[in-house]
Amino acid sequence: MSQPLVELRHVDRSFKQGRVMIPVLKDINLTIAPNEIVCLVGESGCGKTTTGKIIVGLLGQSAGDVLYQGRPVGDYRGKERAAYRRALQIVHQDPFASLNSAHTIGQILSYPLKRHKMVASRAELRRRIWELLTLVDLTPPGDVVNKYPHQLSGGQRQRVSIARALTVEPKLIVADEAVSMVDVSIRVSLLKMLHRLRDQLNVAIVFITHDLALAKYFAWEGRIGVMYLGRMVELGPTPEVIGNPAHPYTRALISAIPEADPEVTRHKQRMVLRSEDIPSLTEIPPGCAFHPRCPFYVPGVCDARVPPLGQAPGFRHDVACLPLTHGDGLREYRAPVSEEPG
Amino acid sequence: MSHNKVVLSVQDLSVNYLTQRGPLKAVSHASFDLHKGETLALMGESGCGKSTLNLALMRLLPGNARVPSGQIIYTRRDGSTVDVLKMGQDHLRRFRWSECSMVFQAALNSLNPVLRVRDMFYDTARAHGEHNQHKVRRRALDLFRKVRLDPERVFNAYPHELSGGMRQRVLIALALLLDPQIVILDEPTTAVDILTQRTIIDVLLSIKDELNFSIIFISHDLSVAAEMADTVGTMYAGEIVEIGPVNDMFYRPRHAYTLGLLEAIPRLSAGAEELTSIPGSPPDLVEPPSGCKFHVRCPFATDICAQEAPPLEAVGERHSAACWHADRVHAKALEFTGAES
Repeated sequence: MSQPLVELRHVDRSFKQGRVMIPVLKDINLTIAPNEIVCLVGESGCGKTTTGKIIVGLLGQSAGDVLYQGRPVGDYRGKERAAYRRALQIVHQDPFASLNSAHTIGQILSYPLKRHKMVASRAELRRRIWELLTLVDLTPPGDVVNKYPHQLSGGQRQRVSIARALTVEPKLIVADEAVSMVDVSIRVSLLKMLHRLRDQLNVAIVFITHDLALAKYFAWEGRIGVMYLGRMVELGPTPEVIGNPAHPYTRALISAIPEADPEVTRHKQRMVLRSEDIPSLTEIPPGCAFHPRCPFYVPGVCDARVPPLGQAPGFRHDVACLPLTHGDGLREYRAPVSEEPG
Repeated sequence: MSHNKVVLSVQDLSVNYLTQRGPLKAVSHASFDLHKGETLALMGESGCGKSTLNLALMRLLPGNARVPSGQIIYTRRDGSTVDVLKMGQDHLRRFRWSECSMVFQAALNSLNPVLRVRDMFYDTARAHGEHNQHKVRRRALDLFRKVRLDPERVFNAYPHELSGGMRQRVLIALALLLDPQIVILDEPTTAVDILTQRTIIDVLLSIKDELNFSIIFISHDLSVAAEMADTVGTMYAGEIVEIGPVNDMFYRPRHAYTLGLLEAIPRLSAGAEELTSIPGSPPDLVEPPSGCKFHVRCPFATDICAQEAPPLEAVGERHSAACWHADRVHAKALEFTGAES
């Protein structure tokens, strides 16, 4: 494999809230190769957006290393630093909030082009804006450049956001819930456009979503990382993770999702969790954070040691679950009825 | 499933919003029947009129809304019928919540942050003439158990002490407090996490079995409709363009728009799949397109679609669609669903 584009090594991140430190990310290891698709999925508060922001350098890490093309990002200075910042771009979730409503689409696209001196003349600026709008299927561009964001639909606005990310010719785009605010009927066309841009412009895409079905569709040729309470619990090629999920949390998610097929969804085998409450980030359970909810909990193992992300027998991808990585397999946990152990 | 008693019959209901450019036809000529114990899901893109339709059912429309035509016939428990649109204020006040209640979309915002959950329950009961707090408390705790909440803790909590999923379930319990015949759910599982969504769906299914009320729910999430609904209606540009039993709608759709929605949604269990989105965007409802309003985006459209609006016609048992090319859509749909299995 070629040199990874971005690499996170043992990255931690915590936020201070009053006097309490809230650990939002713990020991995240992730490499993103050029032109790769990686999906991060998980429930709200699992740290997927924080990971995305750390990848593009909008947030720093509390501990660990973030490398861009093999070098720690802190080492980049001057022109190199500008190039590094240009190479990593983000598309935010809410296209209503992320575009300045007082500026026209043309202006919005021209700022990064001018700031990073991507164009030499006004004629070139204009040509480049035209090109970008065509690239994101906002045609004819002449109809769009002088419009304000409020004159566009949600889907069109998200296309403008993507065009803006493309202005600086990035190598990687983080799309943070980029399609969750647009209608189902339009989502697919946006996703297809992202696929096309990836092929055409050779960018890598980190796609952050809470919708596993969407992640499956988008990252079928890429990888999915499942996050739970700040840790990566499963990471691997999409068909493997979806078709042969290893971690009990991933299995729970897959079994819980309703599907747009009445027969399938009504006869799906559901996994019953031991608890429905998501623990708070300030009180993360010891050992595997999922153990209080996990139906395959092994006392003395799961609550004693944090499971590392690694190979497990029977799976071709990485999982952080001790009973699996030890090769013991998963057995249903039965709570002791009367006598206390020990 | 056999439903015999109709609790709510909507006939030819239209709602216009007065705007500076003229009347915006948010709902046009919607008709459907809701039976006892039935779950009806309305799906469609944002702006298709599904929220307006539901607000109209409870007469909660904003001041600039007009209802030029239609009837909403509600059948009380004693069998007498009444038109909701003609109800006086006093009857209307009683109709809301004790006959037909609603769970609003933003669960985070629809609870009063400075009141304890119990006070909201007491207030609601008192407004409808129940002053005995012990009785209210007993009913509330019972409902909390049914929606899988820790009754005592939640009853005395403030909303900020509860998670999003718990708040949503509190609202479901609050909607059921006065034992209504109909509960309207506006996007009940949007903006909640997967496992929370699962809990809410399970809770709704089990409590509906037990208390046997009818549900109207609006969602843009087809998969929730597939799981919960008995009957599904597709709305486009203010019209109900197709309505029918859930299996017919998902496996044998007859309207091009329903098929378009089905082809646009990824399925987790389907492996690598080819999806198509619907081109274009929803029409302007002040000046809607001529003929079938969907024809400008429709892959099946021919000349007649632009000229004449198709009538909503029966295409099967309890299944009707308003599409000139229902047969072609049907053939394509069989190809699509057949290729999947």
